[in-house]
Amino acid sequence: MSTSTYTAHDSHAINSMGLWLFIVSETALFSAFIFARYYLTGTDQPSELNIGLGYAITAVLLSSSLLAYGAERRIAKGDRRGFLWLTLGTIVLGALFLVGVGLEWREAAHAFAPPDLFGVVFFSLTGLHATHMVTGLIALCFVWLVGWRGGFGATDHWGVTGVVRYWHFVDAVWLTVFPTLYLV
Amino acid sequence: MQLAPTAFLRDWAFGPLAFGMLVGLVMFFAAAGLIMGVRAWAGTEPVAFGPVVLGAYWFGLAGWLLGIGVWSKWAKEWLGLPVDRTMKTGWQRYFDFTTDHKVIGVQYLVTFLSMFLLAGVLAMLMRIEHMSGDQVLFSPAQYNYVMSLHGITMVFVAVAAVIGGFGNYAVPILIGAKDMAYPRLNALSFWLAAAVPVLLAATFFAGGFDAGWTAYAPLSTENSDGQVLFNLAFITLGLSSIAGSINFIVTVIKLRAHGMGFDRLPIFVWAVFAMSLLGFFFTQYIAAAMLMTLLDRVFGMAFFDFTEGGDPLLYQHIFWFYSHPAVYIMGVPGLALALEVISHFSRKPLFAYRWVVGGILGITALSAIVWAHHMFTAGLSTAELFFFITTTEVISIPTGLIFLGALGTIWRGRLWLRTPMLFALAVVFNFLIGGLTGIFLADVFTDIHLQDTFFVVAHFHYTIVGAGIFGLFAGIYYWFPKITGRTYSEHLAQLHFWWTFLSFNLTFLPMFWLGLNGMNRRIAVYPEELEFLNLLVSLGGFSLGASFLVFLYNILKSWIRGPVAEADPWRARTLEWQTSSPPPVENFTEAPRVVSGPYDYGSPSTAHAVFGASTNPDGAG
Repeated sequence: MSTSTYTAHDSHAINSMGLWLFIVSETALFSAFIFARYYLTGTDQPSELNIGLGYAITAVLLSSSLLAYGAERRIAKGDRRGFLWLTLGTIVLGALFLVGVGLEWREAAHAFAPPDLFGVVFFSLTGLHATHMVTGLIALCFVWLVGWRGGFGATDHWGVTGVVRYWHFVDAVWLTVFPTLYLV
Repeated sequence: MQLAPTAFLRDWAFGPLAFGMLVGLVMFFAAAGLIMGVRAWAGTEPVAFGPVVLGAYWFGLAGWLLGIGVWSKWAKEWLGLPVDRTMKTGWQRYFDFTTDHKVIGVQYLVTFLSMFLLAGVLAMLMRIEHMSGDQVLFSPAQYNYVMSLHGITMVFVAVAAVIGGFGNYAVPILIGAKDMAYPRLNALSFWLAAAVPVLLAATFFAGGFDAGWTAYAPLSTENSDGQVLFNLAFITLGLSSIAGSINFIVTVIKLRAHGMGFDRLPIFVWAVFAMSLLGFFFTQYIAAAMLMTLLDRVFGMAFFDFTEGGDPLLYQHIFWFYSHPAVYIMGVPGLALALEVISHFSRKPLFAYRWVVGGILGITALSAIVWAHHMFTAGLSTAELFFFITTTEVISIPTGLIFLGALGTIWRGRLWLRTPMLFALAVVFNFLIGGLTGIFLADVFTDIHLQDTFFVVAHFHYTIVGAGIFGLFAGIYYWFPKITGRTYSEHLAQLHFWWTFLSFNLTFLPMFWLGLNGMNRRIAVYPEELEFLNLLVSLGGFSLGASFLVFLYNILKSWIRGPVAEADPWRARTLEWQTSSPPPVENFTEAPRVVSGPYDYGSPSTAHAVFGASTNPDGAG
């Protein structure tokens, strides 16, 4: 059982700790850009900012996290069908969120394109977050594909747990980025 | 598409390397073509260095990693495909995606020592330039490139050589583990870092870079294209550091042998653990600073562009928020390695072990709130100045605890003056000078005069080279018999030590006077009256450079045909000496169980660890 230690250990706990550390590490990257937002632009907001659309995509992303949670519960109970459908739902909502960001960007590119300072922090923060969304979506597609081919089971689904946790994290980041740009 | 290498590429010694380069280049140029195509389609000039290289680099990097083994030995598993579990033997292991932490440690050591020697050659070129106050070799622009390349290469060496080399080699053995917590991630970290020297070399063909290792904006947003490669190199090494740091943290927390409590960890393990706590978090800030610079350069953003309302000070804050903790990442592991050696070669327990650990953790905590002492002349408010003077002065307390730990161990010890110990004692000497001169830089009143002079250059060479790199050499001579299974020439090693130690001080002591007399750093020409001191520095520098030829000769010759080493040539207690030289794959033939502290010399009846299942009541293994 043990491969890299002379003491009995739980590989799930080891993987889990590494992922938590990675998540804490990623918060540092986002914090630098959030710091730049306040440092450069204070709490300024351009009037053209589409707050309604912002709320809408936030709701979409929160729902996707709920579905992701469901997917993990399903596979833990051995329900592969439910797991696959809920993962697919997460992917669809995640993609929908990115479409929403794209719409925001189209408006923003007209109203406050960089080097406008708000545009600088807006595009870099949402862009950084969107990059993480894209990696999360790719990982979710992997999870779906592996599950579809018969991988993962009730006792063996670290891949699902890990990717879903990362997805929740990216969601939580948005819950910080959104107020930072839209609400303060 | 089947990416798996053919049997030939898998079995040939340089197959993985060649295949990685091939896939990397193909993906790089394919992505570059795609980006240029999109640019032409969008009606912009298709060939533009910044956007094309910035985009294509990540595809090239991914291709390189996939090709060298990430795909065949790791990623296929995610898709439920069979992975290649073959492991090469002998020297061929070093050119493959090998997961053995000892192989990875040696890969780091050899790679970064080579970079160290090359960057040393650059230092020689700088000293030739400074033999006269006028222009000698270089135009000012060329000098700036050589100086910047020397700086950043040495910074990378200081960050990665001790932790990447000895951290990987020694930490798992010292805590009684078979390997790191994530062996494949560990191999990935090294092969990521291997891209860094390639990027630095490539800057030569992209107009170089001239903004120093600190790459302050707006210099770094307006200079030549080589700066883009510099930023990518920094981000790449950052990714490698973050992955490595997480690996060390989990390894030390989860994989310690039975009985290896945190109060029994060798001090070097503590240092690597604490510096990993800094590395896994703060390294993200250098990625952020580099990324913002790239966004400004390439995507028309204006983070640091004063004319658009941006602020260059923002760069300095984010840069130093990483780079100050990073100077401890450069210095403390070497310092702790010296303490390790001092205890074994004084035949005494490490003095005030718990206080030294407290000192290391104190530095770790305080290092996060001292960064703006690098910015005293940048225009901070008085309140900020006093805050950062105070925190910076306070950090001398934990640093002092570590220093007192070294002195207390030496005091009335039975000193065994072999080469590792000589280097370790030199660390104590050098670090004293480095630490005391730091006081003048920590206070605004003196720093305003000394800022950006050779005083600063001398100070950080005394701390980072004098402690970090001397510690690295203490480690090389200490663990050479363990790593290679062979013995080096003690005569040549001691010759190397005295030659290096005296030349080092001849090089860097006069720099303090140069700085006090107003010699600015990062400048090719200087006033004539400083020529004599500069000549001294240059001669010391050439001598320092030459001393490493002795080192190279001794190490290479001994590695190939030195006398075979015993398992424990130093009669030291820690775990790495309780297994064969070199240790077998997975380090020990029987599970170790730790029964006392690592440095309990003077109680000869007790061992640090016992081996075998019969002494292991828990029955796990």
